[in-house]
Amino acid sequence: MEYLRAFIVGGLICVIGQILIDRTQLTPARILVGYVTAGVILSAFGLYAPLVEFAGGGASVPLSGFGHLLAQGVREAVDEKGLLGVLTGGFTAAAAGITAAMLFGFIVAMVGKPKSKN
Amino acid sequence: MAKRMGRNTLITETFPSVVGYAAVASKKEGEGPLGRELDVVCEDSYFGEKTWEKAESRMQKDAVSKAMAKAGVAVSELDYVFAGDLLNQCIATTYGLRDMGTSFLGLYGACSTMAQSLGMAALFVDTGMAGKAAAVTSSHFCSAERQFRFPLEYGGVRAPTSQWTVTGSGAAVVAQSAEAPYIKAVHFGKITDMGITDINNMGAAMAPAAAKTLGDFFSDTETTPDDYDLIVTGDLGIIGRDLLRELMQREGITLGKNYTDCGLLVYDRTEQKVESGGSGCGCSAITLCSYIMNRIKSGELGEVLFVATGALMSPTSQQQGESIPAIAHLVHLSNNKNAVKGS
Repeated sequence: MEYLRAFIVGGLICVIGQILIDRTQLTPARILVGYVTAGVILSAFGLYAPLVEFAGGGASVPLSGFGHLLAQGVREAVDEKGLLGVLTGGFTAAAAGITAAMLFGFIVAMVGKPKSKN
Repeated sequence: MAKRMGRNTLITETFPSVVGYAAVASKKEGEGPLGRELDVVCEDSYFGEKTWEKAESRMQKDAVSKAMAKAGVAVSELDYVFAGDLLNQCIATTYGLRDMGTSFLGLYGACSTMAQSLGMAALFVDTGMAGKAAAVTSSHFCSAERQFRFPLEYGGVRAPTSQWTVTGSGAAVVAQSAEAPYIKAVHFGKITDMGITDINNMGAAMAPAAAKTLGDFFSDTETTPDDYDLIVTGDLGIIGRDLLRELMQREGITLGKNYTDCGLLVYDRTEQKVESGGSGCGCSAITLCSYIMNRIKSGELGEVLFVATGALMSPTSQQQGESIPAIAHLVHLSNNKNAVKGS
């Protein structure tokens, strides 16, 4: 049952992205940044955490979930360190994700050879 | 010695010939409608090289060698080569042609380069400034993506309505000869900017430039579209083609069934998923240097107006929010040496 919820919620979040690609001039980079920002804002208003509870990976895996992670990290860091937490919190929370992305991206770039889209 | 007709149209005196021409392309183009008429089709988009920029240089080298071989001309006999491409500083061209040892004139006309280079080569030969001159251009889907959008490694998604940059190179060798195709006239266009900023709609940005060039040419020569068997633009695509028809109709000029666009000839839009059609310097180049010239040589086409169109923006101007200026150059090709009307 939780798989079904994850599938539906995650799928719907991606459908929004697809509609933006098909119907607007927004570049993929802008759409992704929009997702992260949307995640941060929804999290700030306490709306994202319940979604993660409901849909699990379906809400935490899409990039909006990353925004949620950033927001949570900042909240915790501000609680601990005061205003400085605004600058450190996001990075601390996202450190594992960012490092993994850079590391795997690097490895794939070394190993893979790009092909033209045919 | 070429003469001016009207304000900006140049009529050649000697009707120089395209004595050899060749088109080199890759898998997608080989699978398209031009497939069997292309001289070289390489399935590997790297063309055996390490980078796509080198692949594009390789294509130019192969196209010009093949054209010279078909013309029976040795590279030492070539007096000038006019060439360009889409990349920064035209490196595909310079690195591809660096070993030729021929006087080199690098050009930038974006996708209009085939007409610009062919026009220059024809005028140099007609006026006696060259005995033999070559015109070459190319584009490569992957190097163009890196140049104008993102490197393919980025894995970005392309807008479904954008045109597909042709991976191909076309080359033509011009000299005095008794065989068609002949070049009767050349008209270099003017930069035209109607304020279009949408990079995914370059057809709309370039159609006004084509309209200006065609309008000025018809006015200079006092001819109409009916005087020609084929009028073909470079890469306006389906939207640009319809817009050009509309713009010309407003001037009282009807582009009928004898008008089409290389972007629509180079790929099968229904089978090959190329939304608006083909684009890039290679688009008009490989279509001209195979399909069109073959039919002029065979006599199937008599009088042809080849109007290659180029969008003159850069990634920087795009990011700065500038509009897209465009240009269109025209070459009148023919299968006969009958005098041009009114000259």
